[in-house]
Amino acid sequence: MRAHSEFARPMTAGPTKLRTVALSKSYGPVVALIDATLEVADGEFVTLLGPSGSGKTTLLMTVAGLVLPDAGEVWIDGKLSTYLPPHLRDIGMVFQNYALFPHLSVFENIAFPLRMRRVPEPEIAAEVKRILELVRLPEIAGRLPRELSGGQQQRIALARCLVYGPSIVLMDEPLGALDKKLRDQMQLEIKALQRRLGITVLYVTHDQEEAMTMSDRICLMNKARIEQVDTPEGLYFRPRTIFAADFLGDSNIFPARVMAGVLEGPGGVRVQGLKTNGGGAATALIRPESIRLLRPGESDDGQASGRIENAVFVGGFARVFVRLADGTVIQAKRQIEAAAHIPAVGTEVRLGWPADATILLAEGARP
Amino acid sequence: MSEARPRAARHRRPRAVLRYWTVLPLILFLVILFVYPIADLLWQSVLSAEGDLSPEHYVKIAQTPVWLHVMAITFEISAWTTVFCILAAYPVAYLLATTRESTRNQLILWVMLPFWTSFLVRTFAWIVLLAQKGPVNRLVAALGLSDAPLTLIYNFAGVMIGMVHALMPLAVLTMLSVMTTIDPRLRSAAAILGARGGEAFWRIYFPLSLPGVAAAALMVFITALGFFITPALLGGRRETMISQVIIIQVQDLLNWGFAGALSVVLLAAALVIFILYDRLLGLSTLSGSARAAGGGAQGWIGRIGARLGTAIVAVLGRACDIVQIAWERIRPVRGSRPRRPVARIVLWVTSLLLIGFLVLPALIVVPVSFTAGQFVNFPPEGFSLRWYELYFSAPTWVEATIRSFVVAGLTGVLAMLLGVPAAFMLTRMRARGKGALLALILSPLIIPRIIVAVALYIVYARIGLVGTSAGLVLGHTVLAVPYVVITMMAVLKTYDERLDQAAASLGAPPWRTLVHITFPLIRSGMIASFLFAFITSFDELTIALFVSGGLVSTLPRQMWNDMLLQVNPTLAAVSTTMLVVITVIIIAAEYLRRRSARGS
Repeated sequence: MRAHSEFARPMTAGPTKLRTVALSKSYGPVVALIDATLEVADGEFVTLLGPSGSGKTTLLMTVAGLVLPDAGEVWIDGKLSTYLPPHLRDIGMVFQNYALFPHLSVFENIAFPLRMRRVPEPEIAAEVKRILELVRLPEIAGRLPRELSGGQQQRIALARCLVYGPSIVLMDEPLGALDKKLRDQMQLEIKALQRRLGITVLYVTHDQEEAMTMSDRICLMNKARIEQVDTPEGLYFRPRTIFAADFLGDSNIFPARVMAGVLEGPGGVRVQGLKTNGGGAATALIRPESIRLLRPGESDDGQASGRIENAVFVGGFARVFVRLADGTVIQAKRQIEAAAHIPAVGTEVRLGWPADATILLAEGARP
Repeated sequence: MSEARPRAARHRRPRAVLRYWTVLPLILFLVILFVYPIADLLWQSVLSAEGDLSPEHYVKIAQTPVWLHVMAITFEISAWTTVFCILAAYPVAYLLATTRESTRNQLILWVMLPFWTSFLVRTFAWIVLLAQKGPVNRLVAALGLSDAPLTLIYNFAGVMIGMVHALMPLAVLTMLSVMTTIDPRLRSAAAILGARGGEAFWRIYFPLSLPGVAAAALMVFITALGFFITPALLGGRRETMISQVIIIQVQDLLNWGFAGALSVVLLAAALVIFILYDRLLGLSTLSGSARAAGGGAQGWIGRIGARLGTAIVAVLGRACDIVQIAWERIRPVRGSRPRRPVARIVLWVTSLLLIGFLVLPALIVVPVSFTAGQFVNFPPEGFSLRWYELYFSAPTWVEATIRSFVVAGLTGVLAMLLGVPAAFMLTRMRARGKGALLALILSPLIIPRIIVAVALYIVYARIGLVGTSAGLVLGHTVLAVPYVVITMMAVLKTYDERLDQAAASLGAPPWRTLVHITFPLIRSGMIASFLFAFITSFDELTIALFVSGGLVSTLPRQMWNDMLLQVNPTLAAVSTTMLVVITVIIIAAEYLRRRSARGS
């Protein structure tokens, strides 16, 4: 169900660049990675997303060859590379703190991988110049890393990693050290660069927004396992587990009972017209943005009624928390045009949502 | 909530002198017991026997080939000691810096062991080990490496072995402090960018570790310049170093002025080397902050050096690469099975052998002390406690032992009282005078000990402090206090000052913050500082040699006197006792440290 679903394989038609097969790794009693199977296609941007300790960095490091797995295989460009030392893997990596060589100039930092590959000197000069122009920093070749701003260091790290055209580029929270504004800008910049050059990227982050912005597919990880691999939209609107539903965006999750296409939840929640054949106990997810406040006389597939407990402004949205008869709180997130549309706390309201916004999750709800 | 408004006076910033008062006692102490005596020594050196201003002592040094020869020998021995120390210490420091932290902490204890063992104990051990019929020669004979026994002692080889053994821990720790600041991800990055192990090491790691190498070389060389115990006990007549001559001039010939002139030459040599070092690399590298190699160097010397350095590491890296590629031909790298980390294994074996070299001599003393025979021998003949009985029944030995403990304890207390407040202030000080203050406080470590000892002796002789325990404590504190300040500053640098601010915001007055928050958190650092001071004094011979006079003897002094006369098993018994005492103290401290670490 988890790792071996159809989404573990890339959806694009390109050939497979990276394949990990059932990778496992433990540090003494601590299990860091279990049974991680993943495929990344040529030119694809795949993000490993998860909370800290979920195994995303361990998975990245086994691909890099900086951590050797206890079991499983790593295939890079069709070559079995599980135990290959990093320098023979044809990969590039951007580290969290960039790992620029502090005693070498920007030029020498970028020239380093070319020198290791015995590229002739005139070619090195030309290549470094080209890549510096690509990251739009042509004038700083002579400086030392410590003389650069955080954003510049980030770009140089990127340039150093792209200059020799590795098969796969690994990125370990490369934007973690930047402030929010710069981070947003760099996200778009990296994404644009990746698309333009057709680079294959395996990217690690714990920031769901970053993952959503940049990825072709997201590999969601939890407790050393791959939880779900899917496109950002797929993961958001078709999460398979409570963890996946909970980790990405806001969610209303509650236990429910399904019978003949009708769902009944706590506090009088009722959804009609479900396209499901199954029946019995289930766990339901409804995204707050799917829920609206019904006007008198209006109705929808899914309905519930209660009293507004709290309502807050979030930019152009309002979050409305409605307490149902049995105490369950359901959150609705609505776009609003004017302050007048925010209902007063204490008002009795009816909530409604379409049947296809009701997602049934694979596992049972937490007690 | 009271509406009490702080008085206007409270708003005013106290003047610098008042803000920094905690460092004043230490400065005063050093001015009186360190700066003044040395200045006086310099003054004495330009006075003739009649008390007139005259360069006669210097003229004598310059005109007498014997003295010039002694200078040359001193430099030669120090230089070779430095070379061997660096070569031996680098792999050990590299292993320590690149291994897991728990492994590192265990190995450091072993590296530090000789550091904690008495200097004289170690020298004694080498006398036993390197003797004509000693264990080393017997091992050589057993392995059939040489027909005739090797002459390993009372010559250059003996001095080298003894001095490298004595100074290697210093070199390891100095290099380690720089190497641990090198980001391990740089090596990962180099590997991913396509560098094999050798290239990654020579092009990336080695240049970044160079400031540590330079600092270690400097520390070793300067310390070696002032050595006299090792050359006196392990060297022959040729290996006479300048400190030995100074001792003879002061003690036997009472020629203070000439001794002063010799000291000045030694001091000048040390200072010139320090200034050169500072010009080329900057003194900040001594405190362990890795600067970009070449980046700190200024002027054309630096630029040429940087060029040359880059070329050299490129060649070395290439050479390693060729070897490694050849090795990969023989044993092809496959993705399907793990590689054997050959280089790592070689490093471990080398390092463990070197650590064995550091550790073994101290341990050899233990069995020797239980010999039933008449002479020092290894392996010992039979088992008896006779030498311990002799030790504990001899009043001179017992008195010396007790005095050593008392003096070391008092030195520890005094050094803490002066050093800890100063360290607090220096850590938080941003003022411009900080560098100068630090230089003053650390200079007792930089200036050869023999000079401090001679200078103190001359001052003490005038005010009647020679032959007193008080004189010993004061003198030892001069040497111990820099260790306390360094250790405490290192601890306080990592201390989160916001905890103090939090305590203050919760209503704690400064002294309660200190007692309830700061001290408990830095307790292990304080214990370590005290032990450093204690052991500095407990193991100190140079000052004791001059200041203790004929009557008041410390344990190292008593051992020295005995060793010059004859090597007997009592010395082994004393050495073992010292070893056990110090080991127990270290283990106790380590236990306390672990417990406090677990508690927090």
